[in-house]
Order: sequence, then structure tokens, then C-alpha cells
Amino acid sequence: MAAEEHSEGLAFHPMDQFIVRPLGGGDELSFFTVSNAALWMAITVLAATLLFVLGTRGRAIVPTRIQSVAELAYGFIHKMVEDIAGKDALKFFPYVFTLFLFILFSNVLGLLPMAFTPTSHIAVTAVLAMAVFLTVTIVGFYVNGLKFLGLFWVSSAPLVLRPILALIEVISYFVRPVSHSIRLAGNMMAGHAVIKVFAAFTPLILISAVGVAVTPLSIIAITAMYGLEVLVAFIQAYVFTILTCVYLKDALHPGH
Amino acid sequence: MEGDIVQMGAYIGAGLACTGMGGAAVGVGHVVGNFLLGALRNPSAAAGQTATMFIGIAFAEALGIFSFLVALLLMFAV
Repeated sequence: MAAEEHSEGLAFHPMDQFIVRPLGGGDELSFFTVSNAALWMAITVLAATLLFVLGTRGRAIVPTRIQSVAELAYGFIHKMVEDIAGKDALKFFPYVFTLFLFILFSNVLGLLPMAFTPTSHIAVTAVLAMAVFLTVTIVGFYVNGLKFLGLFWVSSAPLVLRPILALIEVISYFVRPVSHSIRLAGNMMAGHAVIKVFAAFTPLILISAVGVAVTPLSIIAITAMYGLEVLVAFIQAYVFTILTCVYLKDALHPGH
Repeated sequence: MEGDIVQMGAYIGAGLACTGMGGAAVGVGHVVGNFLLGALRNPSAAAGQTATMFIGIAFAEALGIFSFLVALLLMFAV
């Protein structure tokens, strides 16, 4: 829909940046086409791998800059898993850390001009969220057996309320992957679209006199939004990881 | 003609669904405001509770996201 709905005032459509295109030109996408989404996911994985390969190469007692970044990231997530999900959740630390790095790097790299943000697509984040949901459900039943269903039966509530609470708990359990994935995709998409809306207003000075006021304002707005987006890119990766930890805690210790 | 009216209704509905974001904004502001209120009274306990604050924000925000989801469904699925 984006292609033919260019409005008169805007130089380009703000949603054009999210179109998945094959790298070789044309617009036919099949299952194995190498698209810009695939390219940027590969760059994301490469960048994350590079940080840790270079960061752990020296293993100096006084760390270099890249080593301390790697150590900080590792320690940050390690502490988060241990604090929130408990010591026995540390076997899931590699998984949680991988999730965090993939989301963080794809959010931050997506802020480069002309870049594509894989996490702005629900298709990508839904896979991540479904993987977390399935892991948590399977682990919950594997560790606790049928006692895992006690998660839905709030034993501290009065008996009359328990069936109603159970219904609410079941609904909120199955809504988790939806909110988990759309939170990330929505935040990424909305921020990038706002930046592009302001960017589309900037060339107005070439067309009309109103531009004298609008153009500087939109340049300031882009700068401010960009600063906010850097913050949001980090916070959303953090929130996705912390919620994964909370769900893991529910699976390993289902008592309320 | 009928399709036009349906599409108009979908667009109006999508716009109305955006008012739900206001609710999410109130919720997130409430969480952070109360966190700050508590943190300023007892700064030494604040550092340990920031993770809880972010979880609270995420849950408050989730309901705003559902309004966004409704808007998306109206725009592209109806």
C-alpha cells in the first residue's frame, strides 16, 4: 500500500523503510531470497560475534576498552538472570544472553542511516517471543510436572475467587507471547517512523515559504528523537530480556 | 459504496484505538512517578528496585500495545 499512497507534501513515505526487498533488485521474494532483512540480521550476528571474539582474545587483567565492554555486557545479564530467575536458572544464561545481544545489536545497528531494523518486523520478534514461550512452557512442565498448573491456581486467594482468577491467569499466560513480541516491534517501528516523518518535512524549505520555520524545527526534532531512540533501543532489549527472566522464574518456581 | 463505508469505519476505529495509548501513558507515568517518590525517600533501597520498575512499566505498556494491535488489525486485516 505504501507505494501508491505518497501524499502530496511528503518527499517519501515514512513506512517505506520497512519494506523487505531482495538485495539483487526486483521485488520477487521467495523462501530463499537474500533480502535486506537477511543481510541486516547477518550483520547483527556478525557484529555481536566480533565483539566477543575480539573482547575475549586478550584476556588481560587490566582490560582493554573492547574487553571491558564485553565483560560489562556479560556481567550485566548474568546478574539479571541470577537476581530475577534464581541461581538454578543460570543454565539458561547462554540463551538469555544470546537473545539480549541479538535484539540490542539489531536495534542499535538499525539506527544507522539507510539501515534496516529486523526487530521492527513482527515476523522476527514473534519468532523470538514464541521461542521464549515454548521454552518456558516446556521447562515448566519438565521441572515441575503437573504442579506447574498451580501457576494458574492462586492458592493464597479466597476459594470463591480462585476459578475467576484462574481464568484471568490463563488468559494472561497465553497473551504473553503477543505482548512480548509486539512491544519490541511496535517500539522500534514507531520510533523509526516518527524520525522519517520529520525527515520528510525537512525539504519543505525548497518548495514553500513555510519551510523557513518548519525545516529548522524538524531538524531539531530529528536530533531529539534520535537521542530518544538510542535510549529506547537499549531499554527495549533490556525489557525483552528481563521479561524472559521473569517468565523463566515462573517456570522454575511456579508458587506465588 | 458499501466497501467505502466499511473502510471509513475501519479508519475511524483505528484512530479511536489510538486513545488507548493515553491510558498506557498514564500507567507508565504512574509507575515511574511512584518509584521516584519512594526512591527519593529511601535512596539506598532504590538501586535494587529498578528492575522491578521496568517490569511494571512493561506490564503497563502491554495494554497500550493492545490498542496499537487493534489499530493495526483495523488498518490491514479488516
